[in-house]
Amino acid sequence: MTFEHILFSIEDGVALLSLNRPDQLNSFNTQMHKEVREALKQVRQDPQVRVLLLTGEGRGFCAGQDLSDRNVAPGAQMPDLGESIEQFYNPMIRTLRELPMPVICAVNGVAAGAGANIPLACDLVLAARSASFIQAFCKIGLVPDSGGTWQLPRLIGMARAKALALLGERLSAEQAEHWGLINRVVDDAALRDEALSLARHLATQPTYGLALIKRALNASFDNRFDQQLELERDLQRLAGRSEDYREGVAAFMDKRQPAFKGR
Amino acid sequence: MPRYLVVQAPEDGVRLITLQRPEALNALNTELLAELAAELDSADRDPAIAVVVITGNRKAFAAGADIREMAERDLVGILNDPRVAHWQLIAAFSKPLIAAVNGFALGGGCELVMCADIVIAGEDARFGQPEINLGIIPGAGGTQRLLRAVGKPLAMQMVLTGEPISARHAQQAGLVSEVSQPELTVERAMQIGAAIARKAPLAVRLAKEALLKAADTDLATGLRFERHAFTLLAGTADRAEGIRAFQEKRPAHFQGQ
Repeated sequence: MTFEHILFSIEDGVALLSLNRPDQLNSFNTQMHKEVREALKQVRQDPQVRVLLLTGEGRGFCAGQDLSDRNVAPGAQMPDLGESIEQFYNPMIRTLRELPMPVICAVNGVAAGAGANIPLACDLVLAARSASFIQAFCKIGLVPDSGGTWQLPRLIGMARAKALALLGERLSAEQAEHWGLINRVVDDAALRDEALSLARHLATQPTYGLALIKRALNASFDNRFDQQLELERDLQRLAGRSEDYREGVAAFMDKRQPAFKGR
Repeated sequence: MPRYLVVQAPEDGVRLITLQRPEALNALNTELLAELAAELDSADRDPAIAVVVITGNRKAFAAGADIREMAERDLVGILNDPRVAHWQLIAAFSKPLIAAVNGFALGGGCELVMCADIVIAGEDARFGQPEINLGIIPGAGGTQRLLRAVGKPLAMQMVLTGEPISARHAQQAGLVSEVSQPELTVERAMQIGAAIARKAPLAVRLAKEALLKAADTDLATGLRFERHAFTLLAGTADRAEGIRAFQEKRPAHFQGQ
């Protein structure tokens, strides 16, 4: 599959996926969805990949769904928006959350609608100082999707989540960082380099162990404390059998830098 | 030598049977089913075996029957279907049967899960009876055991829509006893199997029989059976040993007598 609406490359363990419809602020149409799905499939299947970096081309990160793709003319049949969520958005969000490797999102500009919630499904989020997050759904009669209604209250509390979702106001990158919605704000010009260097660092780390950490943290909102303790026990059991754990301990004993293989 | 099964004995008293027909997502063709029935039948008669664990692979426990094979059978063929006898042997296995389920357990695969006594499911396991999508219905207990396991509304929904349910949902509904990390399902099943293998074999056998009675008799009959079984065990050496070991605060050593 050749990609028209995304840029996708794999280099030194880093998969770089950049949304590339800059004239439409990288909003999703069906073709872009299919391309993202294909790229994520390659990320999942390629054992060389140890980190995914997701970003956008141009001045925006992602403006959510391309509304010109939707037929809502007065006489037209009511659309089933659940269909496109079931088919595209939810599988994409699940994949980002479940990928057995760290997923970095570099939010290079405006992130609106689903575009504001995709970063929340990633593990580490950097944002350009000029970037902003807008839960725009309420302005056109819709509900925040792509996991927004689940993530927002957990990350920033219910009061802030409701204000964002009901008012659809623009949240600056700096405020988002202050609230703990994202990890770090970076000057616009430095964003891509910072994100890449973070990705390159993570690509040398014990990927399997990181994947298990991600799994444990993702499960924590759903589990009771006892269940989480059991999960930690099970995941530690798995981690303890990895080659990287052996290497990590050996390197510590030898007082040298470990050479992790990601398994 | 079975062609579609790998049979191992990784723990004392526990036999591990791995369905191995990965090219067809472990679809239960007649040959595989015959091998499985024969294997369980021989395990049933082998006093060295206390428990059997059945599993598939990470992608599929078993994704149904073999559709091509099914298409070839006409009415008379189905009337004389040898599979019925294989299923009867599987369901008649008298020792504890534990299923370690990852990935798809659909159609016959889900029916096989329901023949097991204990079910450990990986978080990403899916259970379903999709036969309706082919214009047929479950034919190996899917409409009967499923209703008993999960109740009418969910059984109806699953059988009439063919839509599968998740491992968590299956656990809530009572189809699954424990949900585990997918990498650990077999290990967990083996742990449970090994623990059961250390119990008094006659007590285990009668306990399983008594529990199964609960599913298909009225309460009074079931209670009567339970009392008879309870009384039968009074004459066993293992009962005396179990009670003595408890009083002496030491592990019991059961002999199966």
